[in-house]
Amino acid sequence: MSGIKKFVVGSFDDEAVLFPAVKNVRKAGYKIHDVYTPFPVHGLDHALGLRETSLHTAGFIYAITGTTTALTFISWVFTKDWPLNIGGKPHFSLPAWIPITFELTVLFSAVGMVLTFCYLCQLSPFIKKHHFSARATDDHFVMAIECTDKTDDAEVESFLQKAGAKDINIQVAETGWWIGRYDKEQKLYRHELGY
Amino acid sequence: MNQQFQLPGSYKKWTWGLIVAGLIAVLYGFIKFHPFTHPVAGDGNYDSTRFWAVLLQNSVYWLLLVNASMFFICITTLAMGGWQTAMRRVPEAISSVVPLLGIINFVVLLALILGGRTDIYHWLDPNLYVKGTSTFDKILNGKHGFLNPTFFLVWSALCTLLWSLLGKKMRSLSLNADSDGAMDHTKAKRWLDKNFTFASYYIVFFGLSVASVTPWLWLMSIDPHWYSTMYSWYTFSSTFVSGLSLIAIFVIFLKNRDQLEYVTEEHLHDIGKFMFAFSVFWAYLWFDQYMLIWYSNQPEETRYFIARIGTATQSGPYSGIFFFNLIVNFLGPLLILMKKGSKRNWTVVTFVAVLIIFGHWIDFYQMIMPGTLGAHAELLPFEFGVACLFIGIIMWGTGRFFEKNSLVPKNNPFLKESMIHHT
Repeated sequence: MSGIKKFVVGSFDDEAVLFPAVKNVRKAGYKIHDVYTPFPVHGLDHALGLRETSLHTAGFIYAITGTTTALTFISWVFTKDWPLNIGGKPHFSLPAWIPITFELTVLFSAVGMVLTFCYLCQLSPFIKKHHFSARATDDHFVMAIECTDKTDDAEVESFLQKAGAKDINIQVAETGWWIGRYDKEQKLYRHELGY
Repeated sequence: MNQQFQLPGSYKKWTWGLIVAGLIAVLYGFIKFHPFTHPVAGDGNYDSTRFWAVLLQNSVYWLLLVNASMFFICITTLAMGGWQTAMRRVPEAISSVVPLLGIINFVVLLALILGGRTDIYHWLDPNLYVKGTSTFDKILNGKHGFLNPTFFLVWSALCTLLWSLLGKKMRSLSLNADSDGAMDHTKAKRWLDKNFTFASYYIVFFGLSVASVTPWLWLMSIDPHWYSTMYSWYTFSSTFVSGLSLIAIFVIFLKNRDQLEYVTEEHLHDIGKFMFAFSVFWAYLWFDQYMLIWYSNQPEETRYFIARIGTATQSGPYSGIFFFNLIVNFLGPLLILMKKGSKRNWTVVTFVAVLIIFGHWIDFYQMIMPGTLGAHAELLPFEFGVACLFIGIIMWGTGRFFEKNSLVPKNNPFLKESMIHHT
């Protein structure tokens, strides 16, 4: 996944311009690394041709894990480890355990999915990742096109110009994440490597 | 735009087939079960009770089910929802059956009250309220201000009337917009304001009726000593999820006939989400009602569940149906509709919708039968025949609306939003 690559970065200021641009860039055969938007844009992942996320499958697995954990633990505690007579109810009282089972199911799936989401999006404290444009969190839709040895940068730039990009530049950047802190270290990874 | 819809012959055949089958069942019950006699204690003949209990189950269930369509329109209106506009005519069509089913239901209730059916509504017995006698009932005497024939009938009439009138107003607002030409900004705003007003009236009355008082009177008073604060919500969730399923079935039916051109998988996905979510909501109420009573273990409360699933040592006559209920209405929809792909699959959604409608019909069956027939309830062609009558009436009324009106609300300001809808 990770590695240093060269990108042509185009920033758009309108969603309505971005969609046809994405379509045309894909049709022209360029490889879109990613599109960064200030807010979730409906249908963009479909336009980008991304595969369906498997986050919900992960969520289901976490939920099942939570259900099993709760049921096995509670039943072990109340029937084997420390049986108590509560209101004359049987030791194995399924209805009384359902609320806790439900809570643990939700807790496991929620926490698990958040962590998985952060991992998939490469987000974490004490971790750095290259930002193609600071305005991607403000008012720009930023499209990063990955360059291979055969790509003609100038051609891509003029292509983006025609597609309606407001700001176009070429960046050489690390694609993955690396350990570091935004508040302490300003030096980029590629400088550390002397690139 | 293909607007005027001609019902296919097979639809009409099915409609009349079901109505005729249902009428035969009712007629059979009318002749065979002597509905105007009263059961005599100890002789083992429960036929007349069975006749009225089955009619009550079906008329209340199917009425609340079609009424859920208007509730769906009103909540989406108040929430400024746009996605449902392309298929809005379907819930409108279903809700147009409310007046007819409301009248049928009211006639059934009138017969129960005026006929003094103490086997269905035990609280109708006047001897319960005579002080100093052996039949005097302290608890029911305390509830008498609420549980009495006058209030029962006035409230039932009010429900039928207001559901019908407010629903008619909402429908006519939508239908009149068709002929009024395209709306500009001010006109659309005024039109929406009117919609908001009547939708709000409807929702407020819906909260007072379906979500509280009406199920207490119509269904919970079958077990008059018992009460549950969850009962109305339980009834509401049950009928709302089956109402959504009925909408899904009609949307898919019209889509199969090349109608509703703007309805896509995206809309089906959202209906599927609704069905999924409210199945879970129903299960939440099903469980909570059970667990709280199980936990506190008060004799006056547990009797409701003892009549259904029995005690720890002896299982009750309805335990099979009671847990079957949980499988068809919760586990089935939960596991089948969980995947995105199945919510977008027309066949799977149809299957689950039929399952839910049948499951909640059975749910109403187990809500009514234990308190009226006890262990003597049947699930024979008569029960299904009466259900056929009501399904036939719903198909007839809905089909009539489809033929008379355009299926696309072409001037609705939200139509564009619905056309480009994306989940």
